[in-house]
Amino acid sequence: MALPQAKLDATEARLAGLTLPEGGKWASDARTQALARVRAMGLPSRRDEYWKYTRPDTLTAPETPEAAVFETDESPVFDGIDSVKLYFVDGVFDADASDDPALAGVEIERLSVVSGTDIHWAKDIFGVLEAKGQDPVARPLAALNTAFATDGLVIRATGKAERPVALIYRHADTASDAILHHCIRVESGASLTVLETGPVAARFNGVTEVDIADKGTFNHVRAQGRDHELRTATHMFARLGEESAFKSFTLTMNGVLTRNECVIELTSDNAIAHVAGAAVGDGDFHHDDTVFITHDSLHCESRQVFKKVLRNGATGVFQGKILVKEGAQKTDGYQISQALLLDDDSQFLAKPELEIYADDVACSHGSTTGAIDETALFYLRSRGVPRADAEDLLVLSFLAEAIAEIDSEAIADDLLTRLQAWLARRR
Amino acid sequence: MLKISNLHVKLEEEDKQILKGVDLEIGAGEVHAIMGPNGSGKSTLSYVLSGRDGYEVTEGSAALEGADILDMEPEERAAAGLFLAFQYPVEIPGVGNMTFLRTAVNAQRKARGEAEMSSTEFLKEIRAQAKELKIDADMLKRPVNVGFSGGEKKRNEILQMAMLKPKMCVLDETDSGLDVDAMKLVSDGVNALRAADRSFLVITHYQRLLDHIKPDFVHIMSDGKIIKTGGPELALEVENHGYADLLTEGA
Repeated sequence: MALPQAKLDATEARLAGLTLPEGGKWASDARTQALARVRAMGLPSRRDEYWKYTRPDTLTAPETPEAAVFETDESPVFDGIDSVKLYFVDGVFDADASDDPALAGVEIERLSVVSGTDIHWAKDIFGVLEAKGQDPVARPLAALNTAFATDGLVIRATGKAERPVALIYRHADTASDAILHHCIRVESGASLTVLETGPVAARFNGVTEVDIADKGTFNHVRAQGRDHELRTATHMFARLGEESAFKSFTLTMNGVLTRNECVIELTSDNAIAHVAGAAVGDGDFHHDDTVFITHDSLHCESRQVFKKVLRNGATGVFQGKILVKEGAQKTDGYQISQALLLDDDSQFLAKPELEIYADDVACSHGSTTGAIDETALFYLRSRGVPRADAEDLLVLSFLAEAIAEIDSEAIADDLLTRLQAWLARRR
Repeated sequence: MLKISNLHVKLEEEDKQILKGVDLEIGAGEVHAIMGPNGSGKSTLSYVLSGRDGYEVTEGSAALEGADILDMEPEERAAAGLFLAFQYPVEIPGVGNMTFLRTAVNAQRKARGEAEMSSTEFLKEIRAQAKELKIDADMLKRPVNVGFSGGEKKRNEILQMAMLKPKMCVLDETDSGLDVDAMKLVSDGVNALRAADRSFLVITHYQRLLDHIKPDFVHIMSDGKIIKTGGPELALEVENHGYADLLTEGA
């Protein structure tokens, strides 16, 4: 089907400012194919059904909308977590600031180096999972990323990683436009935790492809940056082997536009995939979680838990789908999306979807939008807790179910502290 | 301790008068019971005293140790020494029982200009109080009232009372949903808190709770008013003859 002229024009306008990076044959091929996908799909526009609730204009525009750099004297998120810390500034790896990436059981390389090689294991992942994730719904920004990303990390865990790998993103230039692409391979029986924090850049397009072999475990916890004017679009693509586990949690506390997509394919038996998120937004905050989980195997479990607290006209979006293919029997799928609206100006737009072609499955989904529970508020106040503190407690109570999805207690506590500070600042 | 004078209350949302001139004076250290048929206004009285939204005081006053409480926020009333044990204690997922109680204890202390309780001090006391009420360590750690049985919720209310040390305790149908053993445990907890400087207002439908928590005075409430006041024998009269006789008498 031919694309509308406006879409073609907008796509070409964006592509005009970008050049395909040089690289080895496998990387160049992947990039050329990704560029062809972008041209075939066209970049997203507000007329696209998948972008009905989130305007993509500023994510696709040739010019980067400026974003002021947020100054804070608070300690960085995950600072207290024993991890290998790797820094990026405006989307460029900063080797001098980073720890030595030598961590037992984990190989870490830069995409910019790896993509110049003639042969590398990453060729089976780079752009491959992203391309697979384009069906049945187009994700053109992810293809754009594959085509033009020069930096990012290529990480391979062959055993149980001793410490988490923390990717810390700094934003320095008010007009930076970053494209980062990470490829992660968790080998059979291996386990790895990746932490991500920071604003990255004024505008950020991020893709992470995760390939988990049989019995592998991958944990991901992300705390997105606090810079108010940030525009962020991220995609996470995961392919899960037999009895493998994928768990991802994201905390978002600011940003005029954030769209986090997570695309998971359960193609081997007995795998589990959990995706969760907590978002707290104030004012012109727009936050979109878009999740697509495909069950294409036996006895797999998937879980989506998303909570948003919105005030002063903030907008929250959730598009979550569980697709159970024919023959994916004994699927256990769960999905919940909830919003707590602290005033009448804020809104939550939810599109929960189940599409099931197998007959022996247990799938459930729910979505709610509500205000602070007056009875609970009175209960707390009747015990002497002042109204503002009582409201904070109830906000944390609301978010607790999502935070509980994080396996590590230390990491969950760290994020809870951030949330408490966020609440305190907004009194 | 508590002086309620000519209290008239209507529902905020509709033009419905619930309390139609309640007079009640509770001296320090006294235990008063209010009994009455359903819809007589007993629970409304407890909510109005503790400051729940949805009620409008149209006439009269309520004073705690001489201070008018009706204009205070719920948290101010709590800090002034008022405590309401809920008929249906509220579940608060994600907030640990102990965290909640410590927040409450210290918020009240702060409001009164007292020093906050250190965590060691707090832990020591809550463990001792919990033991008395047969509340185990797990219940203290769990989210507030989540997954608690009816009896556990009521014991948790009494634990809060023990930790907050109010001057005036209002118990709203604390016996509802309790079996005999649980009622005994809750009553023992309340009795242990009886003191010369602490008063109780026990709202109940049935006399049996008053076998355990012995009142000094019993009031019968009907149609938004106290229609009869007496000693513990009045409760027995209700037990034996129901409210019908008393209501005709009062009318």
